[in-house]
Parts: sequence; structure tokens; C-alpha cells
Amino acid sequence: MNKNIAKAFEKGKAFIPFITCGDPSLKVTEQLVYACEEAGADLVELGIPFSDPTAEGPVIQAANVRALSGGVTTDKIFDMVEEIRKNTQIPLVFMTYANVVFSYGTERFVSRAAQLGIDGLILPEVPLEEKDEFAQVCKTHGMDFISLIAPTSHERIAQIAREAEGFVYCVSSLGVTGMRSQITTDIGAMVELVKKEKKIPCAVGFGISTPEQARTMATKADGVIVGSAIMKLCETYREDCVEYVKAYVKEMKDAVKMM
Amino acid sequence: MSKGRFGIHGGQYIPETLMNAVMELEEAYGHYKNDTAFNAELTELLNEYAGRPSRLYYAAHMTENLGGAKVYLKREDLNHTGAHKINNVLGQVLLAKKMGKTRVIAETGAGQHGVATATAAALMGMECEIFMGKEDTERQSLNVYRMRLLGAQVHAVTSGTATLKDAVSETMREWTNRISDTHYVLGSVMGPHPFPTIVRDFQAVISREIKEQILKKEGRLPDAVLACVGGGSNAIGSFYHFIEDKNVRLIGCEAAGRGADTAETAATITTGKLGIFHGMKSYFCQDEYGQIAPVYSISAGLDYPGVGPEHAYLYDTGRAEYVPVTDNEAVEAFEYLSRIEGVIPAIESAHAVAYAKKLIPTMKKDQIVVITISGRGDKDCAAIARYRGEDIHE
Repeated sequence: MNKNIAKAFEKGKAFIPFITCGDPSLKVTEQLVYACEEAGADLVELGIPFSDPTAEGPVIQAANVRALSGGVTTDKIFDMVEEIRKNTQIPLVFMTYANVVFSYGTERFVSRAAQLGIDGLILPEVPLEEKDEFAQVCKTHGMDFISLIAPTSHERIAQIAREAEGFVYCVSSLGVTGMRSQITTDIGAMVELVKKEKKIPCAVGFGISTPEQARTMATKADGVIVGSAIMKLCETYREDCVEYVKAYVKEMKDAVKMM
Repeated sequence: MSKGRFGIHGGQYIPETLMNAVMELEEAYGHYKNDTAFNAELTELLNEYAGRPSRLYYAAHMTENLGGAKVYLKREDLNHTGAHKINNVLGQVLLAKKMGKTRVIAETGAGQHGVATATAAALMGMECEIFMGKEDTERQSLNVYRMRLLGAQVHAVTSGTATLKDAVSETMREWTNRISDTHYVLGSVMGPHPFPTIVRDFQAVISREIKEQILKKEGRLPDAVLACVGGGSNAIGSFYHFIEDKNVRLIGCEAAGRGADTAETAATITTGKLGIFHGMKSYFCQDEYGQIAPVYSISAGLDYPGVGPEHAYLYDTGRAEYVPVTDNEAVEAFEYLSRIEGVIPAIESAHAVAYAKKLIPTMKKDQIVVITISGRGDKDCAAIARYRGEDIHE
């Protein structure tokens, strides 16, 4: 297991913000990472934009489109991470789509990311059945390949948990990413099934936006992941979003910390 | 290695949320494909409702005009709803019904698959929602009305390039949102396993019939079978029962748009590279960072940046050939077949006719070519008229 990811879950319940790289610019993304850390974030998910993000709802889809039309590329994101790592050791994972990694060359992508200090990789359309071609390479380079479980996973959870690395990403609801007023899945039961198989942290994502939701999820899991609510702030405040995101992350971290 | 591989292609690159749904589908299909009652019911629907078997028509004028091989047209355009799409849809919707699903969703490009799905849903009493790129709803407004008339709800997809690939993405998103009562009727031999296999099996009726019909008419197999390729369902259906017959050339005709050497193309095998998208590993038009290219073709049904994994495999092994055909060549073929045989082909199918026009004069008179006319061209008349500078609207 990647030591840096383990650290993210050592200080109580973790808060994990997701940021689409390059929206509104990579300069701002870099500042957002520092701001998130100062506000108490335990790990940051950096989204590498993809032209056709099939697991995303409208907010993150739009962030992907803006970032790509701004000229963001995988190489430019690697350069940004190099800068970030001069200033902070906060755990960082990449979240992107299989083709971004595969077309770069999986070995070339992962070795570069690992060398720059990226701790893990999340590919939402690579399930258990397909993960070997990515997970093996990650393992060689000391990066954790993060597995997801969903409300529909049922009997699949045990095997996913056994092979999981870093943390298990618990998808809170059916559908794509995006803010929801209600989450009806029994997250507690999902987490329990994971823990029965392996002692590994579980973080819940998809649909969480309010401190109340975060607090509720933190009673059932080891961490809370929020993406769309943050990218909505980036969409609204553009170059001025850093302070707004910082205040929001602090509010959310305070909410999960109390658990 | 996961299931559903064609060489290195295929697989199941989909969100965990959908994994149990595709496994349930695989299990149900594994059961029903060998079920006598299911097959009898499907055959009855194909024959009595969709009008199969479709004709294998000897195109005497075209044969004479081109002065090479004998030309036969496999008339999928004569099927109910006007295209080969109904073959797959009747199979999948019947399967969905057996699985206890009450709602079907589907993507559509030109609208033919959407119309076929809406038709089968109306016939079998299922709720139906169709996702269609906004640009395509404008290019094919008549088909949008047709789907609504059949009781389907049509969603205009505005994300991305607002064409077929975005319609597929949006249908996948909708499926993750509502799975338990819903089957995704994928329209081509693409997506995650088991779709490429299921769709191929349901379309394989085309080559099964061609084989029987040509043996009856000519006493021998054809020298070449031609079909257009977007995702590739009518092509794999036309090729499938000839794959083992190594002397039959299998030729897939891709949409080159304004030219395979321009950015405005959808010729995936000619210009694409290996990638992972929409649930499968295959060839895709993409940039150096793996971003999917905004492809273009005059044909909404071929305007897709990928190709089914079995075609990718047939290309890798050299068993099938894939050739690019431009908008201009397709439009000329559309007009040619209309005038010479009185058959107005879909602009998609016209891509196969266009390549046949080049190939046939190079062949001998005792050779035989079969061209699959995957659909009829009524839906394209207004767009082709506009392409020729005539301002008509549906």
C-alpha cells in the first residue's frame, strides 16, 4: 500500500476534494491544491479531463469541456504536479478515464506519475474484470490502483475488497457524479461488507455537497469525497474561486472531523 | 483477461455500477439463445412482422453498367422500419421482456435504430426512451417525429459534439441511473461484452440468408461481400457466416467524410488508433492524448469515432478489408443506385455502393459481388438535396 494514501486516513475521518485540472487554469488548480490542504483536506483527487467522461454528471462534464478547450493536456498536468510537489506532500491521486492512460502508454503514464509523486489512480470505467492491465503497472511503481464499489455491487464487494489497494471508493448512489438532495443507499452495509474482507479505508463519493450529508456519511465510512460542488464554485467564480473553495473545504472538513 | 475478447479487442470497460447488469444480460442471453421457444418466437417476429427473409436482388442494370462482376443487392432496406436495425432490436427487446424488464433505452445516430427500438417497444408494450444527438435530431427530424409517434420519448443530447458518440455516452449515463427495470438496447456491435456478441448474433441472419440465397441462385459463394461500417452491425451481420470461407473477400466501407486525410472524417480503421472507450478496447479516432476526436460524416449513422471490436480483430488478422469512402462518393452512389436500379439506398449504405462502383469494373464477369443495402434512403432525401444546393425541407 502507498504510504502517503494510508496517511490520509490516519487523522480521523478524511475529507477528499476533487478538482478538474485546468478549470479555469492549471495555475488556479495548483493554488486550489494548496488552499485545500490549508483548509484541512486529507487527500486531493486531481481529475485529468477527458473529452467524453461517461461517469460524470453535467457539472464535471462542463468542467472537462472548459479545461480541454483551454488547452490542458496530460503533459501540462504532469508539469503542474511537479510544481505542486515542490511545495506540499499532501496525498494526491489522479482520477481520469482509461483512454487517457492507455493512449499515453500505461507504463509511461504510471511511471511518470509515480516519479512526480502521485500516490494513486482512479479509473471509473475499469472494473475488477479489467483492472489487471492498469493495477499491475501501478503496483510496480508504488501507486495504488483504487477500486470502486457501487450500490449494485452486492456479492461482488467481497472480491473487490480483497484485491483493493489504498482505499475503497464507495459510490453512494446509482447514476453519475453530481449533487443530490438525498442519498438512499445503505452505505453502512456496503462498508461493512468491505471491512469483513479487508482492513482498508472506505471513502464515499457521488452526490455529496452539504456539510450535513458529509457528516452523515462520515459516521458510516472513513472519508468523504466531493467533486461537483467544488467544480460548481470554480464554474461560478472562475479565477477568484480559490478563496470560495478554501472556505467550502474547511466547512466540509469541520463537518466530518466532528465525527 | 476479461470476457468478450476478439483478439486484444473488446472487454468490459464500464463503471462498476453496470457490472451486475451486463452479467445478468450475459446469463440471460446464454440461456435464451439456445431456448427453442425463444428462437421460435423471434423467428416468427422476424418473418411475419419484419418481413424476413429480405431479398437478394440481382442488379442487372448495375452489372451491365459496371461491366465486371455480377452484382447482387441484399435488400435490408425492405425490412419493416426500413433498415437492418430491426433484426437486432426484435431480438434484444424480446430478451429484455423475458428478463422481466419493462423499459428500454437506446442511442440513435441517423434515427434508424431509435425508430426500430421504438417500434419493438410499441409492439411488446415496453416503455421507451431514445437519446439522439441534438445535431442529428435536426438532420433527421422526420425520424424524431416517427419515434414520438411510436410512443417513445426522445431526448436531444447537447453534450460534446451532439452526435452519435454523445448519444451513446448519455444512454450509458441513463442506464447507470436506472438499471433494475431497464434494458439498454445497444444498436451496434460495440460497447461492453456481451453486446458485441449479442448484436452480431442477431444480425448474422443477414449472412445466413445471403449464403442460402446465393447458393440457390448461383450454386456458389460470392467473391466479395461489401457493407458500410460505422459501429459495424450490418457489416458483421453480412460477413459472419462467410468468415470461414476464406475465398470470400469481406470489405467494410468506412465514412471518410471530407477525406480520410482531413480532420473531418469518421474513417476509424483507416485513421484511428487502439484505445479504450464506450466499454471496449478497439480502434478509435483520437488525438495524441487519447481525447476522442470530433468525427464527421454526411451520414449520421456512420458518424462515430469507434468501430466494433470484432471488426478491429478481423482487420488485425487480415480477414476483412476496410476502405474509406468520402461524402462526395457516397452522394454520387446514392444518386447512381436510385437512377440505375430504382433503389434509393440509405446514405450509410451508399458508402458500400460507392466502393462497389470502383471495385466491380476491376473484376471478371464470372465473379459475384454482394452489396448489403442496410437501409432505405427516404430519410436522407432532404439532406442530399441540400448537399446538392436545393433548398428543400421535410
